[in-house]
Amino acid sequence: MAVLVSLIVGLGLFFIIGFAARAGLRAAAPARHRPMFRDMPLTASFGLAVILVYVVVAILAPVIAPFGEGEVLGDQYLPWAAPHYLGTDKLGRDMLTRLIFGARNTVGIAFATTALAFVAGSVLGIWAALAGGWLDQGLSRLVDALMAIPALIFSLLLLTIFGTSVLTLILVIAAVDATRVYRLARSVAQGIVVMDYIEAARLRGEGNWHLIRREILPNAMAPLVAEFGLRFCFVFLSISALSFLGLGIKPPTADWGSMVRENATLITFGDITPLLPAGAIALLTVAVNFVVDWQLQRASGLKE
Amino acid sequence: MTEIWRMIGQRLLLGMLTLFIISVVIFGATELLPGDLARELLGQSATEETLAALREQLGLNDPAPVRYWNWLTGVLQGDFGVSMATQKPISELVGTRLGNTLFLALYAAALSVPLSLLLGVLAALWRNSVFDRASNALALTAISFPEFFVAYILILWLAQTGLFPSMVRITGATTTGDLLYSAFLPALTLTLVVTAHMMRMTRAAIINLLASPYIEMARLKGMSPMRVVLHHAVPNALAPIINVVALNLAYLITGVVVVEVVFVYPGLGQLMIDAVTNRDIPVVQAIALIFASAYVLLNLLADVLSTVTNPRLMHRT
Amino acid sequence: MTNLTFPRGMTRRGLLKGGVALTAAGLILPAHMALAQTEPKKGGVFRVGIGHGSSTDGYDPGLWDQLFVQTFAAARHNYLIEIAADGNLVPEIAESWDSADGATWVFRIRQGVSFHSGKALTPEDVVASLNHHRGEASTSAVKPYFDPVTDIRVDGQNVVVTLNAPNADFPYLMSDYHLPVMPGTDGKIDPTSTDGCGGYVVESYEPGVQATLNRNPNYWKPDRAHFDQIVLLTILDPAARLNALMTSEVDTIDQVDPASISLLESRGVAKILSISGNAHYCFPMDARAAPFTDNNVRMALKYAFDRQELVDKILAGHGSVANDNPIGPANRYFFAGMEAKAYDPDKAKFHLKEAGMDKLEVTLSAANAAFSGAVDAAVLMSEKAAAAGITITVDRVPDDGYWDNVWMKKPFCASYWGGRPVEDQMFTTAYQSGASWNESFWSNEAFDKLLVAARSELDDAKRREMYQEMQRLVSFEGATIIPMYNNYVMALANTVATPEKVSNNWNLDGFRCVERWWFA
Repeated sequence: MAVLVSLIVGLGLFFIIGFAARAGLRAAAPARHRPMFRDMPLTASFGLAVILVYVVVAILAPVIAPFGEGEVLGDQYLPWAAPHYLGTDKLGRDMLTRLIFGARNTVGIAFATTALAFVAGSVLGIWAALAGGWLDQGLSRLVDALMAIPALIFSLLLLTIFGTSVLTLILVIAAVDATRVYRLARSVAQGIVVMDYIEAARLRGEGNWHLIRREILPNAMAPLVAEFGLRFCFVFLSISALSFLGLGIKPPTADWGSMVRENATLITFGDITPLLPAGAIALLTVAVNFVVDWQLQRASGLKE
Repeated sequence: MTEIWRMIGQRLLLGMLTLFIISVVIFGATELLPGDLARELLGQSATEETLAALREQLGLNDPAPVRYWNWLTGVLQGDFGVSMATQKPISELVGTRLGNTLFLALYAAALSVPLSLLLGVLAALWRNSVFDRASNALALTAISFPEFFVAYILILWLAQTGLFPSMVRITGATTTGDLLYSAFLPALTLTLVVTAHMMRMTRAAIINLLASPYIEMARLKGMSPMRVVLHHAVPNALAPIINVVALNLAYLITGVVVVEVVFVYPGLGQLMIDAVTNRDIPVVQAIALIFASAYVLLNLLADVLSTVTNPRLMHRT
Repeated sequence: MTNLTFPRGMTRRGLLKGGVALTAAGLILPAHMALAQTEPKKGGVFRVGIGHGSSTDGYDPGLWDQLFVQTFAAARHNYLIEIAADGNLVPEIAESWDSADGATWVFRIRQGVSFHSGKALTPEDVVASLNHHRGEASTSAVKPYFDPVTDIRVDGQNVVVTLNAPNADFPYLMSDYHLPVMPGTDGKIDPTSTDGCGGYVVESYEPGVQATLNRNPNYWKPDRAHFDQIVLLTILDPAARLNALMTSEVDTIDQVDPASISLLESRGVAKILSISGNAHYCFPMDARAAPFTDNNVRMALKYAFDRQELVDKILAGHGSVANDNPIGPANRYFFAGMEAKAYDPDKAKFHLKEAGMDKLEVTLSAANAAFSGAVDAAVLMSEKAAAAGITITVDRVPDDGYWDNVWMKKPFCASYWGGRPVEDQMFTTAYQSGASWNESFWSNEAFDKLLVAARSELDDAKRREMYQEMQRLVSFEGATIIPMYNNYVMALANTVATPEKVSNNWNLDGFRCVERWWFA
C-alpha cells in the first residue's frame, strides 16, 4: 500500500515538476533557443529541473543548510521533527544538513572525475583508432592490462600507495574510468575511421588533431555522451564501494556514497534512513540520463 | 577467413604480453604496499624477533627481483607455487573458487544479457514511448544504488519473507539445482547492476544508426519499423553492443567482490582481497592472471565478433 | 578459590596451588546452574556466523589472531587450563598444578584422554605443544610468554616448567588460546594438523569460508559439547550476519552492529547477549613526540571529550565508561574508586595553560580497522574538544595496512585491546617501558618497578595495592586515552540456551560457546 501511494505521489510530482520546468525554461530561454525547449519531452524538463536544483543546492550549501557540516547537535537517530526535519544520523548530526553538503562534495567530485576521465579516455581512444599500428597496440595493451585488474582492487592498491586525499581519490577513480572510456571511444572510432569521409579528409592532408576534433568526435558523440551519463553516476558508487574498504572521503566531510554505506545495515530492518542519500544519488542519475537521452535524440536528428 | 585466424593468433600473442605486463604491475604494486606477509600474519601481536623469524621462514628476505624471477620461472613451468600464508598449493586454493565465480558469472549473464538486449531493442523500437521511459528510469534507478544496497533490499524483500536464502552455502553435497536456487539473489543483484548499462548502450547504438541514409532508404521503401530495426540497424550496431556485453561479462567475473561479501559467496574476489590484505603475493598474482586471462579472452572474442560483423575493420587490424 | 577477590591472608601455597580445590568448584558450578536453567540437552547443528576469517588463515596455533580461528580451536582442542565463566581457573588437560616458589611449576597431566586420531595423550605431547612457541626459530605470537622459561620437562605424569623468576600468574598464561595441546611426534607438533583432543572432530575446513565439526564420541568431559555438529561460518559483512540470523541460516552471530541492536531486539527473533569484559578501545599518544611529551597536554586531551557520549553513540550503550585504565571491571584488582574524568573544557584549558599553551592542534589518525566506529569516535572527540581550544584534525586512513603504517607510527591514533585476564599480562604487554607492543612509548620508572615487584609478590593485599597504584599511574600520567570498555555483543536465536553465567574473558563465552551452550 505504501509503495502504491509513494508511486502515485512520485508520478504526480514528476509531472508537476516536468511541466513547470518546461514552461519556466521556455519563458526564460533567449529567443533563438526557444525552439529547442518547445519539443523538449517531459522527462528531459524534469531532468533539467532536478539538475538545476542540485546545482543551486551545491553552490549555496553553506547558506541554506540549517546547521554546520560536521556539527554534532544531539542524540543519534532523532525522529523527523523540527528543527531536524530529516532527523539526525548515527552521531547526532543533522541529516538534512549532511545531505545538502553532500550534494556539494559528491556532485563536485563526480563531475571533476568524470570530466577528467572523458577528456583523457576519449582523446587517447580516438587517437589510437586513428593512428593504428604500434601506438594503438601499445596503448591498448596497457589499457587492457589496467582494465583486467578489478577496479576495486586497483583503486585499493593505488589509494593505499598514494594516500587518500580528495585529489588522489579524483585522480585514481578518473584513471580507472578513463580505461573504460578509452575502450569505448576506440571501438566507436574504429567504426568511423573506415568511413569514406575520413579517407577523404586524410587525403586532403588534415592532421590527426583536426580529424579527431572535426570529423570523428562529432560522429562518435552519441555513445560517448550516453556513457558519460552513466559514468558520472558510477563515481558515486565507486566512492561508496571504496568506503566499504575504509578508503572514502575524510570525515567530517559529508558525501552521499559514504552516507549510504554508514547506515546500510538499517535497511535490513526496513528503516528508510539509508534511502535518503541513496535516493539523492538515484534521482540525480535518472535526471542526468533523461537529459542525456534528450540530447542523444536531438543529435541523432530523429524527430519523432 | 585466414585473416581472422591471423588476427586471433596475433591477439593471443599480444594477450600473453598483457598478462606479463599485469604480473609486473601487480607484483610491483603489492611490493609498494607498506607492510608484508609476516607482519600481516602476526598482526597486532608481532614483535621484531618473531617477525624476523617468520620472514626468514617464508623467504621474504630475498630481494624483490629475485622473488619475481623465481615466481615467473615457476609459472612458465606450470607451477603457480604455494600460498605463503597457508603453504597450500595455489591450484587447490583457487580451483573451487574459480568454479564458483564462473558459475555465478554465467548465471547472471544468462539472466542479464538476453534481458538487456531485448529491452534495448524494444526501447529503440518504441523510443520515447511510456515503455521506453519506464524501462529506462527503472534500469537507471537500479544501477544508481550501490551493489550492497540493492543486495540488502533484495534480501529484505525476498529472503526475510522466506522465498530465497539470504546467503549461499556450498558444500560437497550441493547439487546444481540447489545452487541455482540459493544463488538466485546474488545473480539477480548482479543482473540489476549490469542490465542498465548494456540496455542503454544497445538502445543508443541502434538509435544512433536510425538517422543514417540507408535506414531512411529502407524506411522509405515501406519496411515496417520492426524489420528496419532488426534487419538493418541491429547488425550494424553490433560492434559497440558486443563490446559493452564483453565488458560487463568481464565485470561479472572480476568485479563482484562486494556481492560475494554480502551473500557470503566463496568466489575469487574475496580470495583476492584477502590475499592483498595479507600481502600473499603468489595468490594475488595467480588470481590477477586468471582475471586478466578472462578479460583478454572476452575482449578478443568481442573484437573477433565485431570484425566479423563489420569486415571493413579487418584491413586495419 | 581463585575468586574475583582473594581472601586476605591467603598463604603462599594457597595462592599458587590449583587443581584439586578448583575441581570441586568446577563440579558445583553446573549444579548451581541447573537451578536457574534447564538441563543442557544433547543434539542439533549449531551454526555460528562470525565476523572474522580470511582465506589466508593459517593452521599454525602460534599465528591465530581472530575469533574464527579461536572458536574453531576451542571446538577441536583442549588446553592445559581453562578459564571458567566466572573467571576462575579450572583444570582441563592439567588435572592440577602447583608451585612451591612461583618459579617452578608442576602440571599433573590427565590420564585417559585421547586425540581424535586415537592416540593417547601423554605429557610428551604437552611438552611438544609448548615448545612450539619457544626458542629462537619460533614464529609464535606468544613467544614472549616463554622468554622467562628456562626449562620444560616431563616427570612421570607431570610436566615441569621452570622460570627464571617467580610469576604467580603463570597458570593464567597456560590458558591462552594459542596453546592447545596437540599430538607430538619426536618432540614436535605438526602445526598444520587439525588433530586435537577437544569435543568436536573436524569434518571439513575451508579457510575464510566455513568449518564443520562433528561431536567427538570419545570426549572425556561428560557434561560438555552438547551439539551433534558445529558449523562455523565466516560472514564478514555486519548486515549479512544480521540477515543470516533473521532468516535462520545461523543460530548465533558475534559483533552485532550497535545501530541495529535495539531494532533486532524489537523484532523478537533473537536475543541479545551483551557481556561486559575487559576489552577496551583506546587512543595511544606517542609520549616521545611533542606535544605529547608533556603530561599536561595529555591530561588536557583526556578532559576534552565526553566519554559517556562515546559509550552512547559508538557502542549504543553496550559498554561502560573507562577512566584511561586498561584494567577492566572484570579484572581481580580493578581500581573502581579512582577519581573519574568527566568532560570538562575548563580543566582541559587549565592543563593547557600549565603546559604553557592557550590552544592546541593535533592530528588523530583513525580507521575502522582499529575498532568498529573508530573514525566516528574520533569525529565526536574532535567536536567536543573545540570548546577547550583544542583542534583535533581527524585523519581517516585506509583499513588496509593500518597496523603497519599507522599504529605505533603516527603520534596519535586509534587502537583496541581484547583485554587480558591478568593485570600483569596487560601491563607487561602494553605499558612496561620498552615492551614491544607499548603503543604509547610511555616510560615510567615507578610503574616499571611496581610491575616487577607485584609479579612475585605473593601477599594478596599488598599485590592489590601495587596494582591499584599502577592503574592510577597509567590513568593520570600515562599516554593512552581509554574512553570506554566495549561489551561483547552477540545475538542468539531463541532456541539457543546458555549457562546463567557467560564468560567475560574474550568473545563467544571465551570461545567456548561450542561446548558450553546447547539447544533448549
